[in-house]
Amino acid sequence: MRNSEAHHSRSVGILLGLGAVVLVSSMVGTVRRQSAKWTRSELTLLGSLSIRTLEPLGDDPSNRYATDPRAAALGRRLFFDTRLSGNGKVSCATCHVAAQDFQDGKPLADGVGRTARRTMPIAGTAHSPWLFWDGRADSQWAQALGPLESAVEHGGSRTQYAHVVSEQYRGEYEAVFGALPDLTGLPRRAGPVSDTAWRASWQRMSAVRRDEISRVYANMGKAIAAYERQIEPGVSRVDRYIDAEVTGARHGPESSLTSDEEAGLRLFIGRARCVTCHNGPLLTDDHFHNTGVPLPVMALPPDSGRAAGGRKVIAAEFNCTSRYSDAGPEDCQELRFAVTEGSELVRAYKTPSLRNVAGRAPYMHAGQLASLEDVVAHYAAAPAAPFGRSELKPTGLSPNEQRQLVAFLRALTGPLVAPATYLSSPDSRP
Amino acid sequence: MHLLQASLYSRRSAVRTSVVAAGVVMALTACSHFGGSAPSPDIATVKASAHRLYRASVRPALVPIPVRRLQSWTLHIDTMDGRPVDAATITMNGGMPQHGHGLPTAPHVTRALGNGDHLVEGVKFNMGGWWVVRFAIASSAGTDTVTFNLSL
Repeated sequence: MRNSEAHHSRSVGILLGLGAVVLVSSMVGTVRRQSAKWTRSELTLLGSLSIRTLEPLGDDPSNRYATDPRAAALGRRLFFDTRLSGNGKVSCATCHVAAQDFQDGKPLADGVGRTARRTMPIAGTAHSPWLFWDGRADSQWAQALGPLESAVEHGGSRTQYAHVVSEQYRGEYEAVFGALPDLTGLPRRAGPVSDTAWRASWQRMSAVRRDEISRVYANMGKAIAAYERQIEPGVSRVDRYIDAEVTGARHGPESSLTSDEEAGLRLFIGRARCVTCHNGPLLTDDHFHNTGVPLPVMALPPDSGRAAGGRKVIAAEFNCTSRYSDAGPEDCQELRFAVTEGSELVRAYKTPSLRNVAGRAPYMHAGQLASLEDVVAHYAAAPAAPFGRSELKPTGLSPNEQRQLVAFLRALTGPLVAPATYLSSPDSRP
Repeated sequence: MHLLQASLYSRRSAVRTSVVAAGVVMALTACSHFGGSAPSPDIATVKASAHRLYRASVRPALVPIPVRRLQSWTLHIDTMDGRPVDAATITMNGGMPQHGHGLPTAPHVTRALGNGDHLVEGVKFNMGGWWVVRFAIASSAGTDTVTFNLSL
């Protein structure tokens, strides 16, 4: 009898214990702990910024080779190969410097000539529907092909590159993409580029041959994309702080923010309204905004940002709906529903990710602002746009608050996540 | 008989729209990250059009409504006396009144699904806050607009 009662009592105790565990689990899983520092809605918002909420990359329907490791290995070699340029001195890595978060720290990129835009970083861009500051490409592979034929970046042409692939990478290329076309008699320099002689040479080629070479060219982009998509932003101290706050874990040195950094985070999601556009785990809304950044100091051609980029991506030779894309008719929804007209596109540029932003001065699409302090001061003042209309309203942050916001932005620094060898040159030259 | 059917339909329709409305309101509440920033707009998901020609409701395919992701919605349209509207020309626009910008995409009605339902594809919201979406509806019943508020 007493044994039975004891057993009953133990059973009830276990059940109550289980119930408590279930209740606590449910609270942690759904409601979350009430932080002493953050409200429940703030914690929900903070949680949405953690890199741990970044969804794994799915397949890229427009690039059936995106997840092929052989394509990525080839793409890595192409990325670092200076033979893919007009003067033999410029590779993708010339401006996308692997040791510098795949950017170059310059206001304007220097290829074979000087460009009119700031080099963008690469990590995490496979998640974005739009590439370039003006979104004129809709995939990493399409993006990679733009600079290769730009007269001021790589300064080469697609027949030249087809010859390089044939002579240097035939085995690797054909293992992934199948047989190269016959290049006998193919001009060394020809393509739909600004150089009039190369352009004329391209026009003299038959339509069939132009298509064959363009397909090799597209495949080069797909290989480079297969490489680039494996480079992702890693966990920063801010992520660890947020994760600890959300789960109620005890903070360690790696998950602690200083009082200034914490105040900066509060401003970021609050009064400074940064999170309006810098949202989600990559701290970008993947969209385009006119934020009234000043004109570049140096004279550059007129730049209307997304207003031109939107028209270009619809007509782009290598977009998602092009003959060189592997996508089906239902796979190109971003392009299908893109906004391509309207005054708010004028001088609107893509919201950059803020991950590792502290190591990426100078800032904005032409490097107009030298430091994070200058950027935060720009948002505090919200000057009128040189043309188009700025969406900004002054944040009204005091100098001390601006300093706190900068302190927070500096805490967004984290490592890049990629296969170990992918963050350096394969030294493909014999 | 006709009246009975209309009455039955109307009742079914009312129940369905109530359920949809409750579901969407719950969803909007659940993902209201920016509750303090919007001036408490009317977030009803069943609305009469401006000149009371139509009663319309919206049903997002993804609940809670996600930010930064393309999604489709179902727009249901009845005349005010409860007849579903299938043959209509519908356009959509919208934006964020507090920010002065439009939608980040150009969503549109891609096909009529029958029984007053219309598929709206290409809907996207790139940030939290107060959004307005507006449908212009033209059918044999006339031309009118209906406006919905969202608080994401």
